[in-house]
Amino acid sequence: MARIIVVTSGKGGVGKTTTSAAIAMGLAKKGHKTAVIDFDVGLRNLDLIMGCERRVVYDFVNVINGEASLNQALIRDKHCELLYILPASQTRDKDALTQEGVGKILEDLSKDFDYIVCDSPAGIEKGAHLAMYFADDAFVVTNPEVSSVRDSDRMLGLLSSKSRRAEQNLEPIKEYLLLTRYSPERVKLGDMLSVNDVQDILSLHLLGVIPESKAVLTASNAGVPVILDEKSDAGQAYSDIVGRYLGEEKPHRFIDEKKGIFGKLFGGK
Amino acid sequence: MPTEPKKSVNNTTTLEFKSSTFSVPVLVLSTNDLEQIEGQLKNKIQLSPEFFKNTPVVFDLQLLNSLNLAIDIKQLTEILRYLHLLPIGIYGGNKEQIQDALDLHIPIYSNHTNVSASSRKAKPDATSVSETRAANPTTIIKHPVRSGQRIYAHGDLIITAQVSAGAEIMAEGNIHIYNTLRGRALAGVQGDSNACIFCFDLQAELISIAGHYKISEDLSETVRNKPIQIYLEENSLIIKDII
Repeated sequence: MARIIVVTSGKGGVGKTTTSAAIAMGLAKKGHKTAVIDFDVGLRNLDLIMGCERRVVYDFVNVINGEASLNQALIRDKHCELLYILPASQTRDKDALTQEGVGKILEDLSKDFDYIVCDSPAGIEKGAHLAMYFADDAFVVTNPEVSSVRDSDRMLGLLSSKSRRAEQNLEPIKEYLLLTRYSPERVKLGDMLSVNDVQDILSLHLLGVIPESKAVLTASNAGVPVILDEKSDAGQAYSDIVGRYLGEEKPHRFIDEKKGIFGKLFGGK
Repeated sequence: MPTEPKKSVNNTTTLEFKSSTFSVPVLVLSTNDLEQIEGQLKNKIQLSPEFFKNTPVVFDLQLLNSLNLAIDIKQLTEILRYLHLLPIGIYGGNKEQIQDALDLHIPIYSNHTNVSASSRKAKPDATSVSETRAANPTTIIKHPVRSGQRIYAHGDLIITAQVSAGAEIMAEGNIHIYNTLRGRALAGVQGDSNACIFCFDLQAELISIAGHYKISEDLSETVRNKPIQIYLEENSLIIKDII
């Protein structure tokens, strides 16, 4: 049985798709057969970030409607043969998704995948609801900024009350916090919430902090998940997150300000 | 073509009468001024419109009749229905009122069981709320109450996790929060002015006891971010340190 992970946030533009692509690639690279599904029907993006937009034939909605089989719609990743992408439909809207249809696809995928990563659309409406409904684990992507934190809190409320696990009184969804676009310099200046501030408000297990990084935009434009850029800080941060999720002990990085050469020499630590 | 009712194999299980106890709000009237009643009801309902919507209610006319104040049951019922309350019974009415109620298909509750109880009490209107509250068990919540979630407790409410901004917690009795309160907390929502709120870290958006409320902006800096108790004294909210 596969473990179903939803990458969600409530707010848009915080890095859900970047995170979904990186996490899915990271899990596959560690030897786990992984599928990543774009739930953002009508605003398809994941295929671009994964660099497979030119190989999309069938999509998620085609499979739900029985117009294509799952194997026809799944796209194998160029970089890792254990990773598959199920793209969203660009010509439909979120009403094309049905609970039974989504449930059936996830059930079928569960049979021969280890992890299924669901890239949720923004908002709390149908698309976002169906993306999280069947989840076992939730990665809540949050920016260190008040409106993003509040939207994440709202999403956490829905995860604990409107999901399959909540409705069937099963063990609740495991929730993890991913703080993205973090800039220790701006936290120090007082114009960004700190890790501690966000954790205080959300009281959630911190899986990792992704620093604000030029590498993310470069990777997105190139269609290569940023986790494959092993030299970049964001790439390393995502690798740490995948490691921690799989149970490895890894100290948190990228929370404190980078020290310059003089800081390193005279910083004392 | 009329459908023939399916014959049950076992006739004894088609239906059965069971006795069950429900907790229903009782509206105790102390005036027969219908305009005043309507105004006050509206104010109460505004505090938690969702709770009051389509809620069943029994009117208690004992106090009114002991003061010899006559009230028009038909008009009273109209007001309640207009405010989306559902009258399901009258209690302590006189002959005329009982007949009016029956005409409106509102059931009559006999009052001999509670006559002795109410005559024993010095302040029947104040105690009736606390009594119903005592009968309701305490609700305990151990998970965080997130933004957008609502909790309603018929008795006391104890929360050991945090209450986020944008969450709403309501109790007919007291509210205890052994964590941070950032959302809205309303105690004594059925009018119990003896209800209290306790919290470990006050950062609330709104606090209210029996309809007397304060919004975040009105909270002084001296009571924020620390353990606090809130109670009602002479119709004003008192907010002070627990110790």
